[in-house]
Amino acid sequence: MQDYEVFVQQLITGLSNGMIIALIALGYTMVYGIIELINFAHGDVFMLGAFLALTLLGAFGMEAWSPAWKFAGVIMMLGGSALFCGGLNWTLDRVAYRSLRKASKLSLLVSAIGCSFICTNLGLFWGGLPMGVFAGGVSAAAPKDFPQITPQTNLLGESAIRITQADVMVFFVTIPLMIGLVLLVNRSRLGRAMRAVAQDSTAAELMGIPVDRVIGMTFFIGGALGGFASVVYSLYNNTIGFQMGYRAGMDAFTAAVLGGIGSLPGAVLGGLTIGCVRAMSDQYLESRWTNTIVFGILVLILIFRPSGLLGSTRREKV
Amino acid sequence: MRWRPGPITLILASAALVPLVDLALPESLRISEAVRGVFLYAILALGLNVVTGYAGLLNLGIAAFMAIGAYAFAILTCEIYPFQIGFWPALMLTIPIGALAGFLLGAPTLRLRGDYLAIVTLGFGEIVQDVLKNLDTITKGTQGINPLPGPSFGGEQWTSSNELGWYYLLFALLVIVVMAVRNLERSRLGRAWFSIRQDELASRSMGIRVERVKMLAFSTAAAIAALAGGISASVLSSTGEPSNYDFQVSMLALCIIIVGGIGGIAGVLLGALVMIGLNSIVLVKATAALAAMGIGGQGNVLLSPNNWKYLIFGLALVLAVRLKPDGLLPPRIERSIR
Repeated sequence: MQDYEVFVQQLITGLSNGMIIALIALGYTMVYGIIELINFAHGDVFMLGAFLALTLLGAFGMEAWSPAWKFAGVIMMLGGSALFCGGLNWTLDRVAYRSLRKASKLSLLVSAIGCSFICTNLGLFWGGLPMGVFAGGVSAAAPKDFPQITPQTNLLGESAIRITQADVMVFFVTIPLMIGLVLLVNRSRLGRAMRAVAQDSTAAELMGIPVDRVIGMTFFIGGALGGFASVVYSLYNNTIGFQMGYRAGMDAFTAAVLGGIGSLPGAVLGGLTIGCVRAMSDQYLESRWTNTIVFGILVLILIFRPSGLLGSTRREKV
Repeated sequence: MRWRPGPITLILASAALVPLVDLALPESLRISEAVRGVFLYAILALGLNVVTGYAGLLNLGIAAFMAIGAYAFAILTCEIYPFQIGFWPALMLTIPIGALAGFLLGAPTLRLRGDYLAIVTLGFGEIVQDVLKNLDTITKGTQGINPLPGPSFGGEQWTSSNELGWYYLLFALLVIVVMAVRNLERSRLGRAWFSIRQDELASRSMGIRVERVKMLAFSTAAAIAALAGGISASVLSSTGEPSNYDFQVSMLALCIIIVGGIGGIAGVLLGALVMIGLNSIVLVKATAALAAMGIGGQGNVLLSPNNWKYLIFGLALVLAVRLKPDGLLPPRIERSIR
């Protein structure tokens, strides 16, 4: 491979993974925008979505399906995981966060960390299901192979640069979702209510907006995006594990902060940046330093430009 | 006035008696080795309590300072490095080294708002762990640095077999740390910490130098955590691998202070007893007992009590925040306004 071909290949990988990170980051940024909570459990909700997708795949024996049916199978996994993750995120808000609306932000954050631990542990148990796709459930903690059900032909023919159906799928799923989300937030009645609550929840309540229900819907939508992301991630990277939520969550949170937390375009920009930084660092530096670089970016951004690339510079209220 | 022992004295006194009770118990039920773990975590959590409990700054990377203390101790004492300054000087040096590390992280970050500061400390914890793993020419990577010396009394060098000695050495360190933070919380500085936790703006207008006071809380916590790291490395005669100081350790310390009672020493001691007791006594003994009965092991993931750890800690955090926001043994309120 030529030098430039290596670079382009890494760029494709970086952008694909970046779109996935961006989808998770949207969940962080929406929740933060509305109640100023770093939803620590979001990454683990994402992880459980991937486990659900693998369970569906195994239960229906999708590997043996014909290509057209496999396509339907992917749609089914996307829908299933999105509903599941959305519902789970909504439940977390209902059970663990709603009663703390008036409490200090730190107790809310601690509660979210607790939820994250609970979800991680559920993932460990889930990996012990006695199913073929979980290797019979013998070593529950081991990473699980997610079968490649998308074809692996190179769409560029004989070229050294490979673009497979998996790359295309990533963009086909993520871009419409992002457009849909922007339309929802900017055009719909619910979106207007969400923006109102984010700006001033007391005033919104006085105007007759059901604040708790709107916050619940925000959690549902953010979780559902994480669910879509989990299926795309699994199909693209082909390995899942119960501890992946922490890492994916930190990448996505870094992306959200980098773009400016609370800003939807910022989350996408941040996700693409982090995806490309990871891919380039894996290729041109040593991959063992990649996590250090991502965390270094997070720390530096928070110190020098806490409002991020696209965020507004609003001072903290006293 | 008649002297009545407070909760701190009661907890410490009963801890001092554990090895005597152990003598009466059969081998498999002895707990004094696990109680040493409680002491270590109690020291670490007392450090975290200074920054998170007194000053109200959430620190999610306290384990990083423990790692810094452990590796500093190791590099200063291990026979493969030129320093070899011996147990006591190295242990004493972990304190200023930890404080310096806390200062270096705190200086640029303490102006950040609460939840951003929490994430920066979390990121710092991950970076320290990665650096320790990757700089393997210095830190020996995942093998950790070993062997490390223990103290020597009367010309006799301690080894890990001196269980009773280690027990009371850790106990003595815990008592010293308890006395130190108890004096701190009643000092002018301690009152300033309580004050900025309650209301930063009001404290500033009363003439408290908020940045300086925060910095001191951060550095003090880091110094205590580094001390815990140094002594734990010496007990194990090895730093262990860098992932021994991961996010889970920071979280365990956070669980301790939140479940026990944030901001109070007695609460932190009780929290350490409950959480570490659960983690390294109840779960470990239950796993061993089940294994002895032929249940658990590789088969069913649900049957190994160790696999329930995250679930229990998670529930403890969620329920504590919801039902007992002040913890099992809340600090007496007048202390914060005295």
